[in-house]
Amino acid sequence: MTEHGFRRNHGKRVLSPEFSSSDNPLKGPRLTRRLFGRALMTMSALAAARSMPLSSALAAEPIKIGFGMAQSGPLGGNGKAALLAIEMWRDNINGRGGLLGRPVQLIYYDDQTNPALIPGIYSKLFDVDKVDLVLGGYGTAVQAAALPIVMQRKQVLIGTGAVAVNEKYNYDKYFQMLPNGATARTSTSEGFFQAAMTMEPKPKTVAIVGALTEFSHNVILGARENAEKFGLKIVYDQGYPSNQMEFGSIIRSIQAANPEVVFVASYPPDSAGVIRAAYEQKLKTRIFGGAMIGLQYSELKQQLGPMMNDVLCYEFYVPAPTTNFPGIKEFLQTYQARAKTVGADLLGFYLPPYAYAGMEILEKAVTATKGLDANAIGRYIHETTFDTVVGKVAFAPNGDWAKPRIFFVQYRGIVGNDVDQFKQVGKQIIVEPQEFASGTLHYPFAASQ
Amino acid sequence: MVTFNLLLNAVVTGILLGGFYAAVTIGITIAFGMLDIVNIAHPVFIIMGSFIAYIVNRLFGVDPILTVIVASPLFFLLGVAIFRFYYAAFESSGKGSLRGLAFFFGILFVVEVTLLLAFGVDYRLVQTSYIGPNVGFGHVDLPLRMVVPFVGSMALVSGLHIFFSRTFVGRAIMAVAQDEFALSLMAVDTVAIKQLAFGIAIATAAIAGGFLIVIQPVDPSLGREYIGRVFAICVLGGMGSITGTVIAAFILGVVETITSTLIGPSWAPAVSFAALLLTLAVKPSGIMGR
Amino acid sequence: MRRIPSWIWPIAVAVFVLALSRLVKNEYYLFAGYVVLQYIVLASAWNILGGYSGYVNFGSAAFFAIGAYGTVVLDKLLEPPLVVAILFGGIVASLVGLVTGYLTLRLRGVFFAIATLALAIVLQTLVMNWEFVGGPLGYYTIRPESIPGFASYVNYLFVVMLVLALIAVLVARAIELSFVGRGLAAIRDNELAAECCGVPTLRLKVFATMLSGGLMGMAGAPFPYYITYLDPNSAFSLAYGINSIAMPLIGGMTHWIGPVIGAVLLAVIQQVATVTISSELNLMIVGVLLISFITLAPNGIVGLFENYRKQRHQRPSK
Repeated sequence: MTEHGFRRNHGKRVLSPEFSSSDNPLKGPRLTRRLFGRALMTMSALAAARSMPLSSALAAEPIKIGFGMAQSGPLGGNGKAALLAIEMWRDNINGRGGLLGRPVQLIYYDDQTNPALIPGIYSKLFDVDKVDLVLGGYGTAVQAAALPIVMQRKQVLIGTGAVAVNEKYNYDKYFQMLPNGATARTSTSEGFFQAAMTMEPKPKTVAIVGALTEFSHNVILGARENAEKFGLKIVYDQGYPSNQMEFGSIIRSIQAANPEVVFVASYPPDSAGVIRAAYEQKLKTRIFGGAMIGLQYSELKQQLGPMMNDVLCYEFYVPAPTTNFPGIKEFLQTYQARAKTVGADLLGFYLPPYAYAGMEILEKAVTATKGLDANAIGRYIHETTFDTVVGKVAFAPNGDWAKPRIFFVQYRGIVGNDVDQFKQVGKQIIVEPQEFASGTLHYPFAASQ
Repeated sequence: MVTFNLLLNAVVTGILLGGFYAAVTIGITIAFGMLDIVNIAHPVFIIMGSFIAYIVNRLFGVDPILTVIVASPLFFLLGVAIFRFYYAAFESSGKGSLRGLAFFFGILFVVEVTLLLAFGVDYRLVQTSYIGPNVGFGHVDLPLRMVVPFVGSMALVSGLHIFFSRTFVGRAIMAVAQDEFALSLMAVDTVAIKQLAFGIAIATAAIAGGFLIVIQPVDPSLGREYIGRVFAICVLGGMGSITGTVIAAFILGVVETITSTLIGPSWAPAVSFAALLLTLAVKPSGIMGR
Repeated sequence: MRRIPSWIWPIAVAVFVLALSRLVKNEYYLFAGYVVLQYIVLASAWNILGGYSGYVNFGSAAFFAIGAYGTVVLDKLLEPPLVVAILFGGIVASLVGLVTGYLTLRLRGVFFAIATLALAIVLQTLVMNWEFVGGPLGYYTIRPESIPGFASYVNYLFVVMLVLALIAVLVARAIELSFVGRGLAAIRDNELAAECCGVPTLRLKVFATMLSGGLMGMAGAPFPYYITYLDPNSAFSLAYGINSIAMPLIGGMTHWIGPVIGAVLLAVIQQVATVTISSELNLMIVGVLLISFITLAPNGIVGLFENYRKQRHQRPSK
């Protein structure tokens, strides 16, 4: 039933170096035209035999897309979610006839959230597996390690979830899918401070605290800038090591400084620890939250439950009247059904829609430029505004979103520890940016009562 | 702006934390301090205990600490089995220390990966009635989430202290730690005693795991963060001494929280371990060491 | 065969590998090979102290990271050639080895082991808090496009690491066969007896620590150019500490060839596993290998080989 070039995947990994074809489509327009010719033939054959199953069509050479993706290590959870989204796109496009009429084949390796493995993985993808296109993994460190290799091969690199990777290189074919925008440092806290300044009377003091890890530290630097910009005095400013387990003393020190605003940049275990400690000590402040990674995941939403009420945190997607992007509802339905079997995040509100949008963009660019020429693809992506499952996406010259779109969301009315309530509209109120707002800020912070 | 209130609370929190550290370390005190077995995989058994507590809590809503107390006999048997294998494979304890180390490294990885495959990479938490509320008296606030494990740890450690100093078996274990050869000359089955002790050590790991998941979210690779701490506390306390371990655990906990409050949390690990290095340079036998 | 001195072999192999590297078009083998060579250095360096004298160093990552961050500091200030960075990393790391060793080597081996663990954590915390080298944000190193004499910079890195591996192996061999090696072996067998015989135990141990640490620092120095983004977690990764112990253990700790065998075996398996099985099972392999070797072949592969040779000599010839 299946010809040598194409294998159905059923959600399983495909590791198939034996598919490396001898002609390398990365070299020269001649081969691209030849493949295009074959693709045309395949497509017309398909058009003529619409009722026939794809597998009995002419055996077209697959388009190989290679990448490293964390399936273990600290970022493994998000990596699994992102991978599921990418696989969903692959199944979707192969069901529609493939990319350029050729079936898409994913070749990926677990980078274990370890950038030291990246040079080996990407050089294997290029030189041994002979992939046609590459993607980035999840996380700044792994994308930073991959970029020089991809630059050397002059390929396009679309990654989901990295900050300032392109700052030193300014590569024109790197794109980052999370909506941080070109000023990721400040955009991750700007909405928070904007929301804080809507309070009456205006706040004057802020406490800043965060984990000493790459993303949180970047966020903290931006938060300091924003505090200055909005005229807030920083009364507490500390970082804690990533394996910090005791937050009572930190919250107490923060309380001693009596800030009106508390901004936290944390990773999942510390996000939980900070929120619990704040709840236990009935932290008295007017607004509390920040760029707390983990609050977007189903596991923490479920476990923390009502402790999250009134916390103002960043989200990339929440169900709201203002976030009805084309296809997002169907995407989430399919994703949530498949997530259980793969052990990925059950809600899929964080990375998956953006990873999927990245693939939609790649698909549109490849189809529009009718080939795999990296320069053409890169140029097309820079020049176009795309309609994706996460709305309209356009890129800045450095590869980030032209306009940041980080939602700052306040959790309201969370009761008990049921995760399905988060699928409803109304439990997560978008407060900033204004054009997506679905409600207004509630203050002071509930735990103080 | 450090007030007395802040400092007092920091010290108290440090003591609560230290109590927990004592429960985590006591297994190493027994295995390494008394039996000279470099069980570097000890933290991963703690994590195993945490995950068992998580699963039972998730499915049946049973209290995690209760779960691990019930599960500890199973861990005891596991400890006995591991010791049997260890003893059969590496008889001598001199150079065998290094081989034993490698063996336990291997165990560390195998168990960690098994947990990863079984539970995935996500952080897990539990739900109990005492996560959330605070107990306060005077200027001091104590989150029950830390108090309950503290009380549990103190009970565990005191129980073990009584066991080792008052019961016949306990004293036999201490005798093995002091002079195994002499003991064997007195027709005592030293292997059986060591087996028992190691089983107890692993059982304490399970119980510590229950405490751990009450205090903070747990994921399979969390064990690695504790390797340094447990050996540091054990050595600081003077190897096989339970009292020493408890004192050292308190010291480490208080140093960490005071550094966190006065200087900043980012320096806490450096200060704790620098204190350890200092102790090793000045009084290597530890606090209660002979 | 007996006429050829044993130091010829490492050199011959190195020359052979060098020739291969000039022919290889596929950069993947250079990237993967770099890691294997790096571990040959780390394992040989570790074994100088751990295998020969029995003092276990848990903090290989600390010395490795000193080399890596030393390069970062130099890169920010001067942008020197790689060789200078390597020497710098080696010297700083050996000085740290000197201080740590002097403070803790007077005690039982286990205290030294704990101290090295503490050292790794203290150093990592220091680096985390040091904004100059990026702290938690990490540091981006731009890999030069090319370098004269080599097909690519990666090729150059590979050859540099090859030379370092050769140096490490030859140094380990020299130590093993010298009076230093004999003194360390005496310490390993019975330190008290060695002292009574007049062996300057403390000086030998400190010397071995300095050498071991220095070599590890040199192995770490090119790392920022290999990985182009260095953050404290990568530099201080537990993998370095564990592999440095596992590789000599599996290969055999009593002979200089042991760490090489162990490093090649384990590193190649890990590299292959990364791009084939590619999952958590990768770690499981290290664990299972460790347990298997430690129970079945306590003296490592070298030990197995020696047992085999002994058996052949004892059997009557057919």
